[in-house]
Amino acid sequence: MSERTFRIYRGMQQQGEIVAYRVEISEGMVVLDALHDIQEQQAPDLAVRWNCKAGKCGSCSAEVNGMPRLTCMTRIDELPADQPITVTPMQAFPVIKDLVTDVSSNYAANKSIPAFKPRSPDAPDGSWRFYQYEVDRAQEFKKCIECFLCQDVCHVLRSHGKHEEFIGPAFLVRVAAYETHPIDVEDRSTYVKEHGGIGYCNITKCCTEVCPEHITITDNAIIPLKERVVDRHYDPLRRLIQMVRRTG
Amino acid sequence: MEASVAISRAEGLGRTLRRDRWWVAPLSVAVGLGICGAYATWAIFQGRNYFAEPYLSPFYSPCLGAQCPEEIRLLEFGWWPMSPAILLMWVILGFRGTCYYYRKAYYRAYFIDPPACAVGEHRGHRYRGETAFPFVLQNLHRYFLYLSAFILAFLWYDSLKAFFFEDGFGVGVGTIVLLVNVGLLTGYTFGCHSLRHLVGGNVDCYSCAQFGDGRHRLWRGATFFNRNHMAWAWTSLIYVCLADLYVRLVASGIITDLRIL
Ligand code: SF4
Ligand code: SF4
Ligand code: FES
Ligand code: FES
Repeated sequence: MSERTFRIYRGMQQQGEIVAYRVEISEGMVVLDALHDIQEQQAPDLAVRWNCKAGKCGSCSAEVNGMPRLTCMTRIDELPADQPITVTPMQAFPVIKDLVTDVSSNYAANKSIPAFKPRSPDAPDGSWRFYQYEVDRAQEFKKCIECFLCQDVCHVLRSHGKHEEFIGPAFLVRVAAYETHPIDVEDRSTYVKEHGGIGYCNITKCCTEVCPEHITITDNAIIPLKERVVDRHYDPLRRLIQMVRRTG
Repeated sequence: MEASVAISRAEGLGRTLRRDRWWVAPLSVAVGLGICGAYATWAIFQGRNYFAEPYLSPFYSPCLGAQCPEEIRLLEFGWWPMSPAILLMWVILGFRGTCYYYRKAYYRAYFIDPPACAVGEHRGHRYRGETAFPFVLQNLHRYFLYLSAFILAFLWYDSLKAFFFEDGFGVGVGTIVLLVNVGLLTGYTFGCHSLRHLVGGNVDCYSCAQFGDGRHRLWRGATFFNRNHMAWAWTSLIYVCLADLYVRLVASGIITDLRIL
């Protein structure tokens, strides 16, 4: 068994410090295990949010050595052995205490999305008919566990603080899940341009890099939405065709 | 508890708690794009050594302008005094410049916005991303796709012409160089996000849309190329420069083209 040093953020939003703790490491330990160990042995007041310890609830998000990670899925033996391990709260959100942040801006972003609107049912019993291959696209997006790591790493929120103007990658993923669904009939392209602020995304792909569910956020959700916005708002030829069609 | 140090949440240009060498990727991109860009600019402004029968440098195709040798001249623009390549280069530059992959690459490498993930950047400036001029113009990418598809057709024509020598059908090293080049450019173009959208990505319900089955198939094809769009972007970019270089070396007599068949 070996010992490792953990440098952990302790404090509130306005004031805090990095505190170092030594923890005994056993095989297979993840960062969340070490945080629990510290809580148990050295700092019972250390605030950590967690739930499933299986990478599925999305609660334990924080930054390990500066990168947004699920602490329950970050094995200690994959981090550089010769350096201390730094654990800080997600930088894009206000700190409530220690590693726990206030992620309520995400709930507001989620609420703003125009709801799923299915076409009228295909069968008299009120059900719909569609094929698996038609929902494959949307199902990739359904894997989202709402860990908000993509929101945290996105520079539009993290560095530029555009929480009001930009719903962020996690919710662009949700919009894409509705938009590409075969029975949904709502058109969210104006919403996603105006309220969603999709133009703020400069497709630099950090969201895709950190997503623990490996959702191809930028290529499969954001860029296709950007293209739909182009169809509706930026493509002069298409607008002309639509105008001619309407008057014709 | 061992010690405590003052808090530093990593903010400001280049500030980060990351311990890896995050700067390697943006630096390599900056250098790589810089070298390719510099070579292409030099080659385009040369205005000579771009044709060594039957090989035409991809930078000069289709050849417009009075300076083009007669056998490859498409249109004669008598009024154009400079290198014929300049006439069409804006299309290629526009296509690559508004490409979703290259946007990522140069926003990170040249605009440092962000330099890498979870690395600080300028906070003071009013960030507008692609919502306002000039970057809102990136939305015209599909128009550059249409124009580039046109040029790609000429490159295919050139690469087929490269099989026909003065003494008839044959294969030279140059033939293969041009064929690989157009293959890579095709792979790059077929993976274009705008193409992927236009051929089928814009359909929600394939089983209800007109030609839905075919469009889903096309979308899957574009998705196949799109998955490695970055790799296609880089290999086709480096290779197109090398293909130009090959034709240039043959045309200027520095090397002789080897006939294989
Ligand atoms: S690709 Fe867009 S949404 Fe994703 S992190 Fe980058 S700027 Fe944010
Ligand atoms: S898209 Fe990925 S990173 Fe973003 S909230 Fe969902 S699971 Fe987390
Ligand atoms: S505790 Fe549920 S994802 Fe980590
Ligand atoms: S997205 Fe790269 S060429 Fe269109």
